[in-house]
Amino acid sequence: MGDHGVEALLRIGDSCLVLAQRLTAWCGHAPALEEDIALANIALDVLGHARGLLTRAGQLEGAGRDEDQLAYLRSAPEYRNLLLVEQPNGDFAHTMLRQFLFDAWTTELWREMTASSDAGLAALAEKAAKEAAYHVRHSAGWVVRLGDGTEESHTRMLAALDDLWPYAGEAFLDDEVDVAAADVGLVPLPSTLEKPWRARVSYILEDATLPVPPDPWWQRGGRQGRHTEHLTYLLAEMQVVHREHPGASW
Amino acid sequence: MTAVQEAWDLLAQVPDPELPTVSVVDLGIARAVAVTGDSVVVTITPTYSGCPAMREIEHDVKVRLAERFADVEVRTVLSPAWTTDWVTDEGRRKLAASGIAPPGTRMLPLLDFGRPATCPHCGSADVEELAGFGSTACKALWRCTACREPFDYFKAH
Repeated sequence: MGDHGVEALLRIGDSCLVLAQRLTAWCGHAPALEEDIALANIALDVLGHARGLLTRAGQLEGAGRDEDQLAYLRSAPEYRNLLLVEQPNGDFAHTMLRQFLFDAWTTELWREMTASSDAGLAALAEKAAKEAAYHVRHSAGWVVRLGDGTEESHTRMLAALDDLWPYAGEAFLDDEVDVAAADVGLVPLPSTLEKPWRARVSYILEDATLPVPPDPWWQRGGRQGRHTEHLTYLLAEMQVVHREHPGASW
Repeated sequence: MTAVQEAWDLLAQVPDPELPTVSVVDLGIARAVAVTGDSVVVTITPTYSGCPAMREIEHDVKVRLAERFADVEVRTVLSPAWTTDWVTDEGRRKLAASGIAPPGTRMLPLLDFGRPATCPHCGSADVEELAGFGSTACKALWRCTACREPFDYFKAH
């Protein structure tokens, strides 16, 4: 189980880390000061979740890698995040839809994780569940406001849905790693989160006067290390200081 | 005075770095104190997963308790998760006195983050949310529709 457990935690932890990195790019650029602050706050929470998960993954791996080594010294094929979170920020519609699809997933995920057989993960989940619930309230609010807003904002949300929907289903596709990790109660089986996720997403999209698109062939592979080109650029920026100055401290 | 009481008294003098009007005891961040001889172990629990003040709090606790104890250890514990239900009555009074509305009552845990009971400036109950996120992770921005003043709200969490 050791390796499967590490993999399963990296899949969630890397998704949090990559999204946090994406969100920080809005800092100083969001359309309003309140939103600048909101995105930075959400990024901090999600980064906190990533730190907890990567730390635990490193401990389970037993090779002496801490959160920093895992974050800064792995290349794209070693990352296990969902393809959804590495997609570019695009406009505010893209950022908010991506955030909502993610938050709707983590809200269910963390709630289930509170029952993890790993006491440390259960404790992390207890805290994260409350935070994810606050995040989804925010991102869902924006999806509704933009979808049911002006003709311009509605058109932009439709474009975001076109671009991002094919990446939305990857979080719920089980493989042997997920089954092994779920069998020992470490993490919930991804497919079990799909039904409540769909219920929330459908409800919010309808409220936003946006269509619920039919299921496409879900884009996949991020959780196995096969990424879109975007991740390489993101990691280059995130890791450059650490790689240029290994072991440096303030 | 017992050594445990001395430790709590010292902790009550450690301000929250981002909300210096309240202490780590007022906010319910300091959870437990255990004294053995000249050593003390303080258990603290983080408010939010991404709260950037936690490391500073740990440092401040160590420095303050070193005034009395030769050996100070700070343990961070995540479970049970911190909740604003742990903010003391004294903490709520201090928050309100500094213009921050203390956490309101929640009807549904996880689905509800409460609302300020009254405006901390004029006492009116006619208040509305401006933004869900504020200057620190634990606060939201609200305004009073009576006196028109904006104010921070310490979210029920």
